[in-house]
Amino acid sequence: MSARPHQPAIEIRGLHKSFGRIEVLKGIDLDVGHGEVVCVIGPSGSGKSTLLRCVNLLEEPTAGRIRVGGVEVTDPDVDIDTVRRGIGMVFQAFNLFPHLTVLDNLTVAQRRVLRRDRTGAERIAREHLARVGLLEKEAAYPAQLSGGQQQRVAIARSLSMAPQLMLFDEPTSSLDPELVGDVLAVMRGLAEDGMTMMVVTHEMTFARDVADRVVFMDGGGIVEQGPPAEVLSRPRHERTRSFLSRVLDPSHVAGPAAEAGQLIG
Amino acid sequence: MKLRRRQRERLILLLQYAVFAAVVAAVLSAADWGRLREAFFRTDIIASMFPRVIVVALRNTVVYTVAAFAFGLILGTVLALMRLSRVAPYRWVATAYIELFRGLPALLVLFLVGYGIPIAFPDREIPGGVIGQVAIGLGLTAAAYMAETIRAGIQAVPKGQMEAARTLGMSYLTAMRTIIIPQAFRIVIPPLTNELILLTKDSSLAYLLGVTAQTIEITKMGRDTLNDMVNATPLLVAGLTYLLITLPLSQVVRRLELRYAKAR
Repeated sequence: MSARPHQPAIEIRGLHKSFGRIEVLKGIDLDVGHGEVVCVIGPSGSGKSTLLRCVNLLEEPTAGRIRVGGVEVTDPDVDIDTVRRGIGMVFQAFNLFPHLTVLDNLTVAQRRVLRRDRTGAERIAREHLARVGLLEKEAAYPAQLSGGQQQRVAIARSLSMAPQLMLFDEPTSSLDPELVGDVLAVMRGLAEDGMTMMVVTHEMTFARDVADRVVFMDGGGIVEQGPPAEVLSRPRHERTRSFLSRVLDPSHVAGPAAEAGQLIG
Repeated sequence: MKLRRRQRERLILLLQYAVFAAVVAAVLSAADWGRLREAFFRTDIIASMFPRVIVVALRNTVVYTVAAFAFGLILGTVLALMRLSRVAPYRWVATAYIELFRGLPALLVLFLVGYGIPIAFPDREIPGGVIGQVAIGLGLTAAAYMAETIRAGIQAVPKGQMEAARTLGMSYLTAMRTIIIPQAFRIVIPPLTNELILLTKDSSLAYLLGVTAQTIEITKMGRDTLNDMVNATPLLVAGLTYLLITLPLSQVVRRLELRYAKAR
């Protein structure tokens, strides 16, 4: 998948996704440029994680087209395993392989998928472990690490496959508050190095500081998007304003009535 | 008299020990020790059973058990994968098989393989003689149970494991082989070892297929010696011989369960 510069890294057109009778995505159009960091925010159930999972076809879209690096992933004849090699993904639940050491977590796919030899794979693995600051943990098993350490290993595991872009699905949502910072610092470093990133997150400070663009989703559609300073500080839509006031100042929400209105949207 | 809490607890504990000691004393004094020894512990009979009870009977019991377990494990794994298949007819066949063979007595299936099939197909023969018949006869039933165990083991591996593996570009089969099956295997080792213990005991049914002096197993040997000697001692010897297999296996299961409890 050779990426031509005039093409966006991710190109999403008319994306619909239903689970049974429930329509989760109601027609999404979105481009992500090379080296761009896009943060997707929105209330739970707004479809933001589903959108992310459609990009590497963990969820099969009901309708619409998605191109990643010029390759149409929604083409039924595409070799999805080849496409996925170029797309890193970090999950909320880390999903490290518990029966493998940290080092083996980073080398197993390099060796089985990219056919790298053990020495080469371990050298690359150690480079990325050093980058996330966990070189000394290479012999540990995932269960011996804290949540924040596990998530950094998961990021290093994705990077070891030399992806062209990275998807982050609420990477800090299952972490204790004091462990969030280390993970966000690693992500910030990646962004500064020019990695193309699509991040579903509730970390508004991260979105404000790191994102090139913030996309606000609600009810299965994109409500508004733009530079973080605009969307987060001067939102144009009432739904965005109400969501942001709930996230940034949760103790001053208007009460149950406002909540009910929010859920219907 | 009013007792303090600690005194009352001590008194209750003491009472419980007293009851236990009384029951043991009653059983010991009521038993006719001379008679029991004559019936169950005649050292000359015990001596006469060695070494055959170990080198022939125990060995054959292990051979029958391992053969049936191997056959059941292979068939059970295939059935488990069929139950998880996207192809609906595979799921139907596997479900029907499991429901059928879990509902039939092991002895009936053994008779079917040992006597029914040879009558139905007189020109064919099950390879391996009695060993082959026991392997298939007991393995068919064991496979039904093992299939459910293995399926549960595969399903117990969190869905995110497959997603993470596929996201790294692994094919479904590579992910199954390197990520899912190794984790499922750890989960199913303890229940499968229990199945092995059950099969060890069920292998005693082999004697109903007419075993010879070479293919005799523990229960048959105990019974034959009982008939010869008109004495119950051989049954005691047979029972203890089974424990030589099953007790270490139970110990292995306990160790494995402890180890994996720590790893998770």
